[in-house]
Amino acid sequence: MADLRADFVGIKSPNPFWLASAPPTDKAYNVRRAFEAGWGGVVWKTLGLDPHIVNVNGPRYGVVYGADRRVLGINNIELITDRPLQVNLDEIKAVKRDYPDRAVVVSLMVPCDEESWTGIVPLVEATGADGIELNFGCPHGMSERGMGAAVGQVPEYIEMVTRWCKASTRMPVIVKLTPNITDIRYPARAAVKGGADAVSLINTVSSITSVNLDTFSPEPSIDGKGSHGGFCGPAVKPIALNMVAEIARDPECRGIPVSGIGGVTTWRDAAEFMALGCGNVQVCTAAMTYGFRVVGEMTSGLAQWMDDKGHAEVEAFRGRAVPNVTDWQYLNLNYVAKAKIDQEACIKCGRCYAACEDTSHQAISMSADRVFEVKDDECVACNLCVDVCPVEDCITMERMAPGSVDPRTGKVVEDGYANWTTHPNNPGRVAAE
Amino acid sequence: MSQARRAPGIAPARLPEAQLAANFADLHPALNGHEALVASDRCYFCHDAPCITACPTDIDIPMFIRQIQTGQPKAAAKTIFEQNILGGMCARVCPTETLCEEACVRMTAEGEPVAIGRLQRFATDTLMTENGHPFERAPDTGRTVAVVGAGPAGLACAHRLAMKGHKVRVFDTRPKPGGLNEFGIAAYKAPDNFAQAEVDWLLRIGGIEIDLSPGLATGLDLETLAAEFDAVFLGIGLAGVNALGAPGEDLAGVMDAVDWIAKLRQSAPADVAVGRSVVVIGGGMTATDAAIQSARLGASEVSLVYRRGREAMAASDFEVDLAAASGVAVRTDARPLRVVGGVAGAQGVEFERTETGPDGKLTGTGETFVIPADMVLKAIGQTLDAPQGVTVTGGKIEIDAEGRTSRQGVWAGGDCATGGEDLTVTAVAQGRDAAESIHRALAG
Ligand SMILES: Cc1cc2nc3c(=O)[nH]c(=O)nc-3n(C[C@H](O)[C@H](O)[C@H](O)COP(=O)(O)OP(=O)(O)OC[C@H]3O[C@@H](n4cnc5c(N)ncnc54)[C@H](O)[C@@H]3O)c2cc1C
Ligand SMILES: Cc1cc2nc3c(=O)[nH]c(=O)nc-3n(C[C@H](O)[C@H](O)[C@H](O)COP(=O)(O)O)c2cc1C
Ligand code: SF4
Repeated sequence: MADLRADFVGIKSPNPFWLASAPPTDKAYNVRRAFEAGWGGVVWKTLGLDPHIVNVNGPRYGVVYGADRRVLGINNIELITDRPLQVNLDEIKAVKRDYPDRAVVVSLMVPCDEESWTGIVPLVEATGADGIELNFGCPHGMSERGMGAAVGQVPEYIEMVTRWCKASTRMPVIVKLTPNITDIRYPARAAVKGGADAVSLINTVSSITSVNLDTFSPEPSIDGKGSHGGFCGPAVKPIALNMVAEIARDPECRGIPVSGIGGVTTWRDAAEFMALGCGNVQVCTAAMTYGFRVVGEMTSGLAQWMDDKGHAEVEAFRGRAVPNVTDWQYLNLNYVAKAKIDQEACIKCGRCYAACEDTSHQAISMSADRVFEVKDDECVACNLCVDVCPVEDCITMERMAPGSVDPRTGKVVEDGYANWTTHPNNPGRVAAE
Repeated sequence: MSQARRAPGIAPARLPEAQLAANFADLHPALNGHEALVASDRCYFCHDAPCITACPTDIDIPMFIRQIQTGQPKAAAKTIFEQNILGGMCARVCPTETLCEEACVRMTAEGEPVAIGRLQRFATDTLMTENGHPFERAPDTGRTVAVVGAGPAGLACAHRLAMKGHKVRVFDTRPKPGGLNEFGIAAYKAPDNFAQAEVDWLLRIGGIEIDLSPGLATGLDLETLAAEFDAVFLGIGLAGVNALGAPGEDLAGVMDAVDWIAKLRQSAPADVAVGRSVVVIGGGMTATDAAIQSARLGASEVSLVYRRGREAMAASDFEVDLAAASGVAVRTDARPLRVVGGVAGAQGVEFERTETGPDGKLTGTGETFVIPADMVLKAIGQTLDAPQGVTVTGGKIEIDAEGRTSRQGVWAGGDCATGGEDLTVTAVAQGRDAAESIHRALAG
């Protein structure tokens, strides 16, 4: 049976599934039950200085549904902890004492001055917590007070605060990044320069989930008004994976350990983040949607997959996808594929036809008796039909063998690799030898 | 062909091979991968889910469905087998419409439950097809346990004990292990010899020896067993059958439904003789199964007659609907007076219409009628052949919550014991729990 233990910047946990800093980790009552359910670690709900903030007293969440009211994304306007600092510190200490084998990391967000940060860090260290996570991420409420994303969007501040924290503790310092920035590598590099042990990402994405068409208020609506919230859940996973990969590939980030966050809902999501180099993952929305028990699916699924693939431990597959993320210009232009429809599996809905005929390359034919077939002389292998087909594996992308003739271009499919940098149509191509 | 179909008396091969094959094919064909994904998407992953509570073996249903949904049916199978080692058979035979699926919150929402039974089958089939056995035997404890009866109760008990490292010897008087899984369950619920395949798979845990000795029935001696083994588990089912107590019961063509089904289960459908007109007497699962299988073998008229009203029938709505759909005429509120016939055998059954009073008391109305029949199947209940030395209450061996009988060192479970409905899944739950209790007793 696969070994799921994870060691993230020296913080050990029985599995790589941590709860992200958010309502699931808001208090000891929750965290204890989360540990009982099998979570490997938690990042405690972000602590701030007293007097603690207050939250709105109306709805704080909005939602985006898929079919059958499946939660695809949640948006929130919640702030950091709304409990006194000492209450949190006492609870953290007690929980860590009772669960020494689990990771307990404490998230922090205080005003952007040295005393505030160097003041709070030793208080956390005294609890016996395993590390701190600097919350430079919150897109709403806190940034308006010069904290959270307001810091996270200015790389110089990140570097400065990280340095203050590193100087005031022996605990590992994890810097949590906001995705609400054009190029994630800048804040990540700043964290590296400031001496961070790791980065974690993403925090929530600035969002408005919906508008009430009776009241014309954004949702969630507080007395007829709404605000910009933070979006999370399955819908943000592609954004998170992208940013994780950017950091993993960036030489200036020097292989800094990454804790992957954003839409992790199943074992597979976690495996994908880890294949892109993450040492562990953090989860919020999945727990908020399905309860703590959902971790049982994540751990058992990951173990099953590892067993099936022969990965004895998480390090065996971590980072394996990183070398395969490349720039567009290096993709192999000699790779020629065609869509293929399995007529046995086809249920004749015609979605592939509509998609290709109306918005792609008119490469699918439809007969009077609803037989759908790919016209190889038109198909550019864009994948849209595969994506919209409701049946798994009904439409597949089949590579053309080298030596065969692509009926669309009339050209022989060449063996070997050729990319844009040497393509004749590229005005800036490098001359062939 | 129509001649064979209409032949009077009791005869085999009333239908062409192909028709018989279709009639006895899988009642609920296995879901394919796509169907399983669509079906699993409907589960809400309820908190403290009502489906789990409704399952006698407490399978973590939402978890295994989520594991299917996330592409890990083998992990799902493990979740199922941890609670119910006969999860494969239960997926086929459980009356889910009165258990987990009845409790599913989707019943409240849309009147259409998550297809729990079929999803369970998808998961268990996936692992069993790969021949994967997800458990390992603990180091040998040096303790030995006798399990009497190789039905679902005995097998579940034996597997759990073996997992804990005890040596188990399972005794049965029948020529094959499996109990009613092998000799009772309707043929179309577990086709393709699934019962034996499941037993073979279960035994892969190791440490279980099966001892099939026909003589044991007469010589079941608790004293000897208790002296020889560290513990004894009784999973002997209900071996006896109730008599009709009506004149003509001895006529040729009058049979016990369970015996007839047992023969059917051990034969190819074309070899099973069935009457042209069949009357089945009873109102439970055995009665509906006997009637449905008679109809599917090609009997021209099949009547299922029950002495009380429809609501008092033990068979579920699903079973009764299936009977009706198979061409069985279901008649209620009539009790048999006598079997009509002569040397040539049964010719019909005379019934008297009944009324059930507000106190539940059954009275005859004096009005009678005869249903012609050349074959009469009695399905009016089975009885316990109780061994000496254990307390029996209401026709069942009395057990406590852990499965302990009145006798020190002897446990019991399944149909032969008190508690729960007479179902495969209940037998598994009781066998498993008794094993845990035995293990605690042996360890302590
Ligand atoms: C016709 C029929 C159809 C059914 N259909 C369903 C269904 O669809 N779904 C469902 O959930 N349940 C069904 N049931 C009920 C289900 O089969 C039983 O509840 C279940 O098999 C009970 O398991 P058990 O292990 O207690 O007993 P059994 O399965 O009866 O097994 C007992 C075993 O003990 C052996 N034995 C008995 N005496 C001795 C002895 N002295 N020494 C050694 N061995 C002995 C027997 O040979 C037998 O193999 C059906 C029952 C019948 C009769
Ligand atoms: C209601 C709510 C409150 C949150 N509060 C915090 C917080 O206090 N500190 C923090 O670092 N992140 C906070 N987050 C962000 C999460 O930790 C996480 O980064 C984000 O939800 C993405 O992960 P997910 O897709 O698994 O939910 C919050 C998220 C939600 C939904
Ligand atoms: S009750 Fe239905 S929806 Fe709820 S967990 Fe069980 S199967 Fe899923």
